[in-house]
Amino acid sequence: MPDGSALPAGFQQRLRLLLGALCLGLTFLMTEAQATDPALPALSGRVVDAARLLDPAAIRRISDKLAAHEMATSDQVVVATVPKLGDLTIEDYGNRLYRRWALGTKDRNNGALLLIAPTERKMRIEVGYGLEGALTDALAKTIITTAIAPKFRTGDFAGGIEAGVDAIIDVLKGDAEQWQRRPQLRSDGDNPLAPAIIVLFILLIGLIMVVQSRQTGRSGPARYHRTRDGRWIMLPGAPSGGWSGGSGSGSGSGSGSWGGGGSSGGGGASGDW
Amino acid sequence: MSTMPLVPVGMRYARTMPRIVRVLLMTAVLGLLGTALAGCGYNTIPTLDERAKGAWGEVQNQYQRRADLIPNLVETVKGFAQQEREVLTQVIEARAKATQVKIDASTLNDPARFKEFQDAQAGLSGALGRLMVVAERYPDLKSNQNFLALQSQLEGTENRITVARRDYIEAVRAYNTEVRTFPGVIWAKLFWGAQPMETFTATAGSDRPPNVRFGS
Repeated sequence: MPDGSALPAGFQQRLRLLLGALCLGLTFLMTEAQATDPALPALSGRVVDAARLLDPAAIRRISDKLAAHEMATSDQVVVATVPKLGDLTIEDYGNRLYRRWALGTKDRNNGALLLIAPTERKMRIEVGYGLEGALTDALAKTIITTAIAPKFRTGDFAGGIEAGVDAIIDVLKGDAEQWQRRPQLRSDGDNPLAPAIIVLFILLIGLIMVVQSRQTGRSGPARYHRTRDGRWIMLPGAPSGGWSGGSGSGSGSGSGSWGGGGSSGGGGASGDW
Repeated sequence: MSTMPLVPVGMRYARTMPRIVRVLLMTAVLGLLGTALAGCGYNTIPTLDERAKGAWGEVQNQYQRRADLIPNLVETVKGFAQQEREVLTQVIEARAKATQVKIDASTLNDPARFKEFQDAQAGLSGALGRLMVVAERYPDLKSNQNFLALQSQLEGTENRITVARRDYIEAVRAYNTEVRTFPGVIWAKLFWGAQPMETFTATAGSDRPPNVRFGS
């Protein structure tokens, strides 16, 4: 502070202490408010049939296929039907829903969403960042126009969705083999030193505590960051952000336990029928 | 809160303590100071700044991706509709102009440069829209496999641009709010010299991709 020198020394100290305490207090108060979109359906399974286009048998059949594919490759493909899009375009809705559900794992973003809006007669395949290379825009468009739309035109929603899911899985399987050949390229490598650094840090803190307790034991006066009976006040870490929309945190509803934290930048294609 | 004089106590310790203890104590104090600063939002501005710049990188990326698609698209259209020379030239020129205007992440607070960027990209969007309208008159072109693939790629890219712009607008809104409001404004003025960033304005038609879809 430039004008600090004019103040008496004692006052300055107390001011500094006060500011410090204020700032520490703020650490605990600051929590990031999560914006929630109430209109989006909850992620209740691999087939979220909010528009009620499918019978239970079809839902189970499609879910099983998607589950088997996820078991084999970890790609998360989800089908959603929505009764209405509201003011949003199918592209906008698809991207928002994808990000809310956070399909695919956080480091691979390997998810895809087949979204159907029967009222608007629009559909979209929204592709996560990690699958853009396999399920390209052109391929997604081809799946929509050749596999799904013809069936939808005859009113066969279950058949269209199933054909679309089959096609998406076929396309993704071609890429999954490539993945296994060079897994190092795609996954975010963890820093091998990280655990060692944490252990060192804990050791350091422990050492400080031991030395401190011996020091205060010898020379008497209590220190301001210790309580009277000698316990240390533990400072909790700052609230961790980052996992926006990770499993369970962003969705705030439904099961949400297997939206892995993936994101999409708007890859994929849309179509109508 | 204790009222005892802190600095004298600390200094008395400092004299009697072995060197290693002093070093360790300093580390602890620095750690505490760091937490305190973080609590006051000292880190918020650089964090939001990096996020906005990252989002800008994605915007430029997607515009570049669109620009990269155009030569191929122009060649394909030329093969079927050579007489549409005027529209094709317009697209090529608009592309050349758009690829010249690049904004470095550190100069995102320059309004003139940002407007130049936005205008150049809007010009390309307009030219592309006209090209797609023209293409509709050629049935052979419309059913050409290569053209269909390019068309879906262009659609996808326009959508990615929309998403990237939306993310950038969100990131800049958060950053500008932090820089202009208390307590962020203190850090912005005293330490970071942080300026508000420019963002996209929704001028007529430029906020949505040109309609490149035609009766599927």
